[in-house]
Amino acid sequence: MNQPLTREQHLDLYYYMQLNRHVEERMVRLFRQNKIVGGLYSSLGQEAVSVGSAYALESRDWLAPMIRNIGALLVKGFKPRDIFTQHMAKYTSPTQGKDGTSHFGDLKTRHVVSPISMLGDLIPVMAGVAMAGRYLGQKIVAMTWIGDGGSSTGAFHEGMNLAASQKAPLVVVLENNQWAYSTPVAKQVPLRDLANRALAYGIRGMTVDGNDVVAVYNAAREAVNECRSGRGPVLLEVKTMRMKGHAQHDPAEYVPEEMFDYWKARDPLALYEKYLTVNNLWDAKKKSEIDARIESELDADQKFAEESPLPPPEIAEQGVYCEGCHTIKAEWRRPLAEVTPPASSVEAVWKVSDFGAIAATPPPVKLSPVISHPAKPHAHPGKPFAKPAAKHAEKAPAKPPAQPSVEPDVAEAPVLRVPFGRGPKDKAFRQEQQAAQDQRNKHRRRR
Amino acid sequence: MPEVTMLEAVRQALFEEMERDPAVVTLGEDIGVYGGAFKATEGLLAKFGPERVIDTPVSETAIVGAACGMSYLGLRPIAEMQFIDFIACCFNQVTNFVAKSHYLWGAPVPMVLRGPSGGGVHGGPFHSANPEMYFVHTPGLKVVYPSTAYDAKGLLKSAVRDNNPVLFFEHKFLYRRIKEEIPEGDYTVPLGKAVLRREGSDLTIVSYAAMAHTSLAAAAKLAQEGIEADVIDLRTLLPLDRETILASVKRTNRLLVVHEDTRTAGIAGEIAASVCESAFSDLDAPIMRVTGLDTPVPYSPPLEEYFLPNVEKVAAAARELAKY
Repeated sequence: MNQPLTREQHLDLYYYMQLNRHVEERMVRLFRQNKIVGGLYSSLGQEAVSVGSAYALESRDWLAPMIRNIGALLVKGFKPRDIFTQHMAKYTSPTQGKDGTSHFGDLKTRHVVSPISMLGDLIPVMAGVAMAGRYLGQKIVAMTWIGDGGSSTGAFHEGMNLAASQKAPLVVVLENNQWAYSTPVAKQVPLRDLANRALAYGIRGMTVDGNDVVAVYNAAREAVNECRSGRGPVLLEVKTMRMKGHAQHDPAEYVPEEMFDYWKARDPLALYEKYLTVNNLWDAKKKSEIDARIESELDADQKFAEESPLPPPEIAEQGVYCEGCHTIKAEWRRPLAEVTPPASSVEAVWKVSDFGAIAATPPPVKLSPVISHPAKPHAHPGKPFAKPAAKHAEKAPAKPPAQPSVEPDVAEAPVLRVPFGRGPKDKAFRQEQQAAQDQRNKHRRRR
Repeated sequence: MPEVTMLEAVRQALFEEMERDPAVVTLGEDIGVYGGAFKATEGLLAKFGPERVIDTPVSETAIVGAACGMSYLGLRPIAEMQFIDFIACCFNQVTNFVAKSHYLWGAPVPMVLRGPSGGGVHGGPFHSANPEMYFVHTPGLKVVYPSTAYDAKGLLKSAVRDNNPVLFFEHKFLYRRIKEEIPEGDYTVPLGKAVLRREGSDLTIVSYAAMAHTSLAAAAKLAQEGIEADVIDLRTLLPLDRETILASVKRTNRLLVVHEDTRTAGIAGEIAASVCESAFSDLDAPIMRVTGLDTPVPYSPPLEEYFLPNVEKVAAAARELAKY
């Protein structure tokens, strides 16, 4: 069960969302002054996704952001100066000018894997991170993001399927921002709720309002907890809207004006500010304190970035290979004896219990929405899913009913040996599974 | 010392590295219970268990991606391509993710990607390829292609212990056809070092993998005709050991490069350019090459034989060179 957020944590969420927005606002100005040498991508309107989901992780956990997840990098401890210098191709940037945008990471302390521009590739990589963490006994969870467009790639599918078949502790946040460059989501995927893709992988899928930071946090926290308890990956769809073009060069004229209007009324920061006020979590003084702190941090970091030198040309030639610059050492959190013979040895045969015959009555495949409404100690003051003006959103329910997530029909895998952590042979795990099943049956009967 | 095949040498290297270091894990298709399509991983699962010998879905991109992710936590994964031809399925993951990781953001990827490669076994156009040059053209990777059982074991061990991603090509024609005595126990062969397999003063033949054997057979034949050839086995294609090639060419003044890979933009071109840059005045003859044809590897035996270099083709080119 999720612990409700404390007041401090609520204010943290505001701080990171506001910081995310203000970093990007400043970068737009820097871009117009030609101080950003490459492209600039905006996450305006999507701050609640990056911040709410990354905030659900613990410091030992790993994440890999995508291009619109600067908020997640901030939550993980990167500073605005890292983002400014990186975009401005400065020598002081995390990649010393070798790459731009949010393409940087930190293996040692922040546990952040850098993205590449090819979509979907992070998912198998983060599945590997999750598998390695489990193998080493670190009890970590890996999280990454993918857009609605990126979910059309083969790498997405291969990664999801591997993670699912390995029961890897991986949370994939499917950031459905309605547009893949200029292509609307309906042309990417013939599904209304992309979380339904989880059914095909035999894993849990959830859909949540991506402009409600508390809802995102709660759903992500639930997903992280599921993963940490050994129940395998979760696909968490967050519905949001990209409020700018694909990048600065793109005026996004292909987006219907009404659609922008609809989502503008659901701006995640405005909604959250109202929420904090209605729930007495802050006052005007607190807000201006935080805002002032953000401004002074940004002033200092922007100055640092602008005054930083460009890299010396000759470093272009350095660092292609690790020639002793890194010491590679795994951090073991379990006895090595468990993974070395004789303890690791098994009988190398498959024990097959299901012969693959077609069931007499095949279970119906359900594609109902798997909207998850996590526990809400504070009801949202905004109007979630108010009647949409845009054609695209016509079918959005005025207020989606709370539904349990659809549990997929999972084949029993032939298990050679219970992997580290809690597996199907764990008594507590079985009991929990049974309880969850009973709960679902009860819901079904009620319906 | 017992005689072992190259396949057994590979298996021994995997086994011993897993025994030496629990951070070494293997993953790939059918590598566990089945022991791999060529049985290179036979016995590993029984000994080291399913956490370390991972049977994956048929997903090359996921295999390479997961291996990369594992290496970020300090593991040293060894991923198998069932046939190296299938590396095309994960080209992006290898060339954009794995290869650029250290350069761009200082994240080393200590993984090995290994698999059976090469023709001569009538595997047809999708089970016979030599795709090494795609990756030799990718900074950040190391590319190894041994020709002997001794080297296969020693180089694979070095590859596992290297902090960089290493592509390890195992020529399947050689898997069970060559046998030699190798030392019991641990030894390594350094990456990036070619070896002079035969000494001669008339010309230099540079080759690797199965064609190293073809070149040696041709050199033996040429010796009967009074032509003595240096035969260099590259062993590692990236980084390329230019010093060993140049030192030989400076003695023999003639260069023939032999490879099974297709002709255009094969490594012969790179070697020729390097020799021209650094030892042009030492050359007494044009640089020649004997290579696979610029075609896919065909299936039917007469077609495949026509495609591949052989002793006759190598000897004929060497005789031409010796005339200068």
